[in-house]
Amino acid sequence: MLHQIKQVFRSPKFIVGFIIFMIILLMAIFYPLISSVGPMQSISKAPFTAPGTYVNIEDAVRDTGGQLTLELPIVENRIEDALTADEKQKMITWLEDNGGVAAGELSADDIETLINTWNSTYDPTLVVQGMLTSAREEYKRIDIRVKSVLSVTGVTIAEQGEDGLEVTGTIDYKRFINVNDVANTFTFPLGADNFGRDVLTELTSAILTSLRVGLIAGLIATAIGLALGLLAGYVGGLVDNLITFITNLFTVIPSFVLLILISNSISSSARGVEVVAMVIGFTAWPWTCRSVRSQVISLRNRDHVNLSKLSGHSMPKIILRDILPYVASYVVMALILQISSGILAEAQLSMLGLGPSTTEVATLGLMMNWSQKFSAWQVGAWWAFLPVILSIAFISFSLNLMNTGLDQVFNPQLRDS
Amino acid sequence: MSEKMSENKVTIKKGDSVLKGVGITRVFGYGKSRNVAVDKVDFDFHAGEVISIVGESGSGKTTIAKMILGLIGVTEGEMYYNGQPRDISSHKKKKEYWQGIQAVFQDPFSSFNIFNKIDDLLIDCINLMGMKHKSQEEKVEMMTEACSFVNLKYAELTNKYPFELSGGQMQRLMIARIFLMKPKILIADEPTSMVDACSRATILDMLLKLRDEIDMTIIFITHDIGLAYYVSDTVYIMEHGKFVESGSAESVIITPQAAYTKRLISDVPKIHEEWDLSTV
Repeated sequence: MLHQIKQVFRSPKFIVGFIIFMIILLMAIFYPLISSVGPMQSISKAPFTAPGTYVNIEDAVRDTGGQLTLELPIVENRIEDALTADEKQKMITWLEDNGGVAAGELSADDIETLINTWNSTYDPTLVVQGMLTSAREEYKRIDIRVKSVLSVTGVTIAEQGEDGLEVTGTIDYKRFINVNDVANTFTFPLGADNFGRDVLTELTSAILTSLRVGLIAGLIATAIGLALGLLAGYVGGLVDNLITFITNLFTVIPSFVLLILISNSISSSARGVEVVAMVIGFTAWPWTCRSVRSQVISLRNRDHVNLSKLSGHSMPKIILRDILPYVASYVVMALILQISSGILAEAQLSMLGLGPSTTEVATLGLMMNWSQKFSAWQVGAWWAFLPVILSIAFISFSLNLMNTGLDQVFNPQLRDS
Repeated sequence: MSEKMSENKVTIKKGDSVLKGVGITRVFGYGKSRNVAVDKVDFDFHAGEVISIVGESGSGKTTIAKMILGLIGVTEGEMYYNGQPRDISSHKKKKEYWQGIQAVFQDPFSSFNIFNKIDDLLIDCINLMGMKHKSQEEKVEMMTEACSFVNLKYAELTNKYPFELSGGQMQRLMIARIFLMKPKILIADEPTSMVDACSRATILDMLLKLRDEIDMTIIFITHDIGLAYYVSDTVYIMEHGKFVESGSAESVIITPQAAYTKRLISDVPKIHEEWDLSTV
């Protein structure tokens, strides 16, 4: 046994799969411990907050200690941030068509000349023949934005006093403060989802829940498949025919259709994570049953089984002592695959809205479902679904890689030459 | 004198009848895949006799052995054990039956459960013989005795796994198992075909020595008619599920009657003589 475990850990495929899986698992276990928010806690009031560090504006404005004046191209950076390449091109087009600028004289790369020419030439009151009102309005908006970012007057702070606004201070446009000095900041490493929950914390909890679903489903499917496979294979005859008939019934009906029908018929109030896991487990056993059965059939006529019978052992003892150890390595591999397919089945079901009926517990499938329902794709909130997709992909990839590694250890014919 | 088998019926009186079969038939499958492996054979084995059942692969030798052992059912026919109709209807009765009838199989490497230690195999035998209550020391003593009978040292084998032994050692351990159980009948299904030539003679000698010691009936299942001649008192020649010829070893092999027997004998390669492959 120890020898086999040693061999398993010499298989490169198994090791790579194991390392990927352990990284995901350890991250899922330990990240919530260092995260300052709960996985289901709604932090942001706006849906799909982009990843980044958010600082409280009032704190930033009021903070007077540690202020710093930096000689940086502040205005240029602001322009770069405020204008898209498309808008710059539109400015060039307007200037060439209406400002008397020769074609090719201006370029989007030389932003200083462009802004200077724009400021001296652009006339918001000019009505160009044939230009749509909407286009004219857009040019006005660009102009306002250019003017506002060019402002170098700083900001005047005024507070509501008894006699109206009282100026309490001004902030020079070159002033900076240290983010660490701001009392209230919050970092969303992967942004927030539609509920305003921190995606990374939610993801770690979803990975653990999905692994639990996979484990429950895998254990149920493997237990049923193993028990029926052992019985059918060893006893044979009528029992075998009956079990094979039931197995074939389950096999010809696509298990996913069966899964949808069963999930749909369970009322949504009863459809918790465990129930969905059990439903997946109860529909996923036929393949395990079939392969265990065929292995047992080849084992039951071996001499050591005959010898065990001749030694007077009872059927359960022979199955447990002389058959089970021989199929154990195979069953472990089947379990790993069942866990992987259980996780995928939960994700598929949840995507269709037939997964766990809750918003209080996150699973990988539910996170996908929410991001789909709240149009994350359309609003460009990649952080709401891409990390989830990658997690699902890496978990099944690592489990399948571990399975292939085990397969190569136990079936030397499959080893890479 | 060999006896031509007109109705597959053989009766050789020598000692008391221990195992008798009447019209034993075994059919596998049904419909188009129906296959009659053993077809209405009769036999009568006597105490202390060494019997060989000789035939080529697929002739039904192993099927007969398994039916005699009670590992597979009999489709038709009746078997008598110690003069009484054999009753193996329940697990308890099977256990009683197996106290008196045991087997050594062809492949020593697949005869052992590789997950169990050698001690477990031998202790199982002691337990089956109704000596479960014996103390650990007594059991070890019995195992040591059994191992020394087959020229093995128990102290060297204890706590070892079967795959740590050679094929010859494994097969000798199988005989040690038989020594512990001392059955009335032993079925040896080609016990020497998968061990080296040196071990072959040792194993055969041990089996015959055991026969002499406990007056056991040995049923050899083999394809090697030369071996059958060497070890057995009585030979049954089997072809396509039927006994085509039977009788004392000398009479069957020296004056064979059935064409199949003659072919089997001519197929035995002889040293210093050219082997005519055209007849094979």
